Amino acid sequence: MTLLLHEWKRGLKTLLIWTVAISAFMMICVFLFPEMKGMMGDVGDIFSGMGAFTKAFGMDRLDFGSFRGYYGIECGNVLGIGGALFAALLGIGMLAKEEGNHTAEFLFAHPLSRTRAVAEKGLAVLLQILVCNAVVFLLSAVSILAIGEPVFWKELILLHTAFLLLQIQLAGICFGISALLHRNNAGIGLGLALAFYFLNLIANISDSASFLKYLTPFAYTEASDILHDGSLQFGYIAPGMCFLLAGILLAFIAYRRKDLR
Amino acid sequence: MAIIVNCDAKGKQRMQAIEINKLTKNYGRVRGIADLSLQVEEGAFFGFIGPNGAGKSTTIRTLLGFIRPSAGSATVFGRDIVRESEEIRALTGYLPSEAQFHHGMKVRDILKLSAALRGADCHAEASLLCERLQLDVTRKAEDLSFGNRKKVAIVCALQHKPKLLILDEPTSGLDPLMQHAFFEIIRERHAEGATVFLSSHILSEIEHNCTKAAIIREGTVIAHDAVSALAGKKARRVTLRGDVRAALQEELQTLSGVRDFHGFSPSAEKEHASDSIHFLFDGKTAELLQMLAASGVQDVTIAEPDLEEIFMHYYE
Repeated sequence: MTLLLHEWKRGLKTLLIWTVAISAFMMICVFLFPEMKGMMGDVGDIFSGMGAFTKAFGMDRLDFGSFRGYYGIECGNVLGIGGALFAALLGIGMLAKEEGNHTAEFLFAHPLSRTRAVAEKGLAVLLQILVCNAVVFLLSAVSILAIGEPVFWKELILLHTAFLLLQIQLAGICFGISALLHRNNAGIGLGLALAFYFLNLIANISDSASFLKYLTPFAYTEASDILHDGSLQFGYIAPGMCFLLAGILLAFIAYRRKDLR
Repeated sequence: MAIIVNCDAKGKQRMQAIEINKLTKNYGRVRGIADLSLQVEEGAFFGFIGPNGAGKSTTIRTLLGFIRPSAGSATVFGRDIVRESEEIRALTGYLPSEAQFHHGMKVRDILKLSAALRGADCHAEASLLCERLQLDVTRKAEDLSFGNRKKVAIVCALQHKPKLLILDEPTSGLDPLMQHAFFEIIRERHAEGATVFLSSHILSEIEHNCTKAAIIREGTVIAHDAVSALAGKKARRVTLRGDVRAALQEELQTLSGVRDFHGFSPSAEKEHASDSIHFLFDGKTAELLQMLAASGVQDVTIAEPDLEEIFMHYYE
């Protein structure tokens, strides 16, 4: 577990920054709600009458005036995009950075197998995502209590679980790509995260593009579905977990055979 | 983390520390090494000589499993470089030509990480080495000069007392005093039984330390022998002084076995009539002497060339 510990120490500062940033935005969103509550009647009407835009963000099926609906959309976007970017950056750099920083020779001059390196680095990614999400969840729940809204525990946990899965899936795919790269290429990670996000928006707008839902992990983080059904969207999670598995497999296979630079 | 520190001696016979058999590595269409074969006996102080880009580092990186061979095979202490790479690296200390470390880490933490990755406690040996190399362990990796990074790499390569030391251009970046201290340590390790594989283009290093050496050129070994034999066997440096006529010069240049001829041009003959001429010779000595006896040469020196000359020669 030497490498896992090493990665944890190296990643601590970045983890702290992302966790604080996402938590802060989540809390700001929650604290804004009491003020916006009064205006929500009108705003809700406006938001639900914007055609494609309304559909894209699932606002046709969510009540923006209720705290749940508000939380699902506002906080969903903060945690969705913020968490996805964090996870993508973490995954895309984890294996490639050693060659990018010319530290691969140092690392692999030791009796460390490639398989073990991938496993421990993969666990480091998972650990950081878990810690970030645990803190964000706790702080979000605390701020909901603080503004005196009733906590909808079941849906809140489901919602955050879906975002956790999204981040793990995205990080796993980026981790696989990372095994093919010879230097840290953040652009690929960020691009992939944003591409998935927009794929979901497109799938929401156009019925003929709804098959895209099976490609993007954002499909199963749709707050309108989770709050409406009161359960996770396993129909979209299943293909997502297949992509995750493919990413992890790619990481092991490619990194084991890779020529280090 | 499981590592194997003891190498089980197979019988009593001297084992090959490194055995390379027709090893080939291509980077796409670019040649790395081609059909390279080499044996290094256990306990040897072995030199690996070649210019930049000849394939020295490619050979080493393949042996350590950083890159996969395109064809051929190799073993280190009888272990296959592809299938048993971790065992090989457990027995080996590797000093890269350009060492880089993780930024933000102090030297002390780098040395600790290196020991932890080997599952060993090398505390005592590390502080001994740091003292001899005058390495400040409180410095951060990104603040280290090239020479100090080298020192950190040296401690990482030596602190676990490996059976095989692979040194890739070890003295670059070290001042002469440190080079001296470094080779002192390496010679001690060699005396204690470690096999040393020294890759370098600095010939004096090879000449002063190694008993055997291989010369690599364009990805393949072109000579492999005892250092004394490499330096002596092939050719002699012949120097002539006195009234050397142009006719003799022409005659000499047609003699088989004469190379690297440094004479004077006929136009400058008058001014430099008494200058010396010299050349490398590995032909028949009797033929040369016959030719010289018939000329007006006053002084003849026939000497073993140093490794530098031989080396240049292999690359002509």
